Amino acid sequence: MKERLMSGNEAVAIGAIKAGCRFFAGYPITPSTDLAERMSKLLPEVGGAFIQMEDELGSIGAIIGASLTGSKAMTATSGPGFSLMQEGIGFASFSEIPIVVVDVQRVGPSTGIPTYPSQGDIMQARWGTHGSHPIIALYPSSVKESYDLIFTAFNFSEKYRVPVIFISDEVIGHMREKITVDDSHVVFERKKPEVPKEDYLPFDSRYEVPPLANFGEGYRFHVTGLTHDETGFPTSDPVKAERLMERLQRKILNHLDEIFLYETFLVEDADILIVSYGVVARSAKEAILELREKGLKVGLFRPITIWPSSEKVLKDLASNRRVFVFEMNLGQYVHEVERIVKKKVEFYGKENGEIISPEEIESCILKSL
Amino acid sequence: MYTEISLDNLRVKKLPHIWCAGCGNGIVLSAILRAIERSKIDKDKIVFVSGIGCAGRSSGYVNFNTLHTLHGRPLAFATGIKLANPDLQVIVATGDGDLAAIGGNHFIHAAKRNIDLSVIVFNNFVYGMTGGQLSPTTPEDSFTTTTPYGHIEEPMNISYLAIAAGATYVARETIGNPLMLEKYILNGLLHKGFSLIEAVSSCVTEFGRRNNLGDPAEYVKFLKDKSIPFSKVNSVESHDGIVVGEFVNIEKPEFVTSYYELVKKVAK
Repeated sequence: MKERLMSGNEAVAIGAIKAGCRFFAGYPITPSTDLAERMSKLLPEVGGAFIQMEDELGSIGAIIGASLTGSKAMTATSGPGFSLMQEGIGFASFSEIPIVVVDVQRVGPSTGIPTYPSQGDIMQARWGTHGSHPIIALYPSSVKESYDLIFTAFNFSEKYRVPVIFISDEVIGHMREKITVDDSHVVFERKKPEVPKEDYLPFDSRYEVPPLANFGEGYRFHVTGLTHDETGFPTSDPVKAERLMERLQRKILNHLDEIFLYETFLVEDADILIVSYGVVARSAKEAILELREKGLKVGLFRPITIWPSSEKVLKDLASNRRVFVFEMNLGQYVHEVERIVKKKVEFYGKENGEIISPEEIESCILKSL
Repeated sequence: MYTEISLDNLRVKKLPHIWCAGCGNGIVLSAILRAIERSKIDKDKIVFVSGIGCAGRSSGYVNFNTLHTLHGRPLAFATGIKLANPDLQVIVATGDGDLAAIGGNHFIHAAKRNIDLSVIVFNNFVYGMTGGQLSPTTPEDSFTTTTPYGHIEEPMNISYLAIAAGATYVARETIGNPLMLEKYILNGLLHKGFSLIEAVSSCVTEFGRRNNLGDPAEYVKFLKDKSIPFSKVNSVESHDGIVVGEFVNIEKPEFVTSYYELVKKVAK
């Protein structure tokens, strides 16, 4: 157990190595570059591989290739690079290859304001690539949580054979906090096939998550981004396509109890529920304490797992409470909240480079009374 | 001596293939399989990576570890595979559009790194899968579905680009000379570093039809007749035809080897 002062990006890098990450491919982009720099230092020390690719299309391809050999693989980027990586995220989703993609959000759209934070990639993390695909997205709100949550990201990725988007933002990524670097985390290792080589089905529908063989160990299977059957070869048979699509949904949605992580803060007696996440949740906590000083019963729901959401958890928390959503965009997660709670939700958002401050949250709620 | 293709290396159940009658891609793929047979490489260690397009479908028919990637990205995926596990023999099958248009950046940088990949590009001058549009290698004045009045650009010379970018083995041959093609592919497989074998192939359905290149046999003969030995012109490029031969075969530090030598130095 070591106490150290470090940034969120650094915590992700150190945590990733401890979670077993042995491959990183990336392309420099503010504000995620320092994470890549850290990986270029750490990976050779543990015998792992680091490569700076020619672009983000290459980076995501390289980590998928590395993962197919059995290596735990990660990349890190920000908005414009995250857009380019979407084709690879779709491939990894559909062919069920574990990877971790860190997206340290900056102001968008387009090149935006590279050095300032936003939460503008929430919907891109869910729907950035085409087609109905499974995904998990996690979002910490502190340096310590960045460290802890990157273990979860790798574990979910390996356990469910799914890309995990580790969303962060410029503040969480660059802010320095004191954390304890501990070795107490459980690390999940990928399930490998135990059947004879000739019987191996890489997309065996008898499993929710079929075991995944490594390239080079004699299984000689086929991986494609085309719609495929249980053997991995292309098919255009609607029955087989549907069987695959259904399993890809089920393997994630049947496990919300494990996958859906969240925090509540002073909700027990609350009349007002604030929904916010990442750096904004920190402002919300401050605002809640101030508002409670003024006699208002306000509480916080902070999703840590941004995707998928738990309808049950949010419905229960929102019932008989006024709901406010604060996020650093012009309305993304609020749509998910509205969809679930099915009542009026009050929204405050901006994507101008400034953090939503505790004062803004406080005054927004006071004005609405 | 003629090498038989081992049926163990083909996924016979996946045949017939999707390529058109008269397509040259089968000649290229058989040259690859014969070269693999002659190389004596452990089949379980072969990862056969392809992109999107007609050439991209080749990975489905060969019985190795096979990866059918995204359009333009086979070299990116292959780079990750080779760097993560240097014991694997990584072969990339790609097309002129896949490699030189949408994947051009990965092509330049993989060659520049001199990473140990064996790349075979099926160059048929056209986008066949999507119905015959122009590709980076479409010759000037040719007709495609997106150049209905004739093509106004000069074609890209893939081998030339590979050499300029730093590839350490580069050769070109047409399907009119499959035994030489096989030999160059074998050389590429045994070469340590980035090897690029440009296999000039035919597309009877989409390219030949619009450019009066005749039936499949006449098309192959056309490619053969247009071939000019490298030894004759001492240039990778000629306006009189298709220069064929082994252009580059040199030793330079290989990326993955250099990387793990560095790891040995810094590993704790």
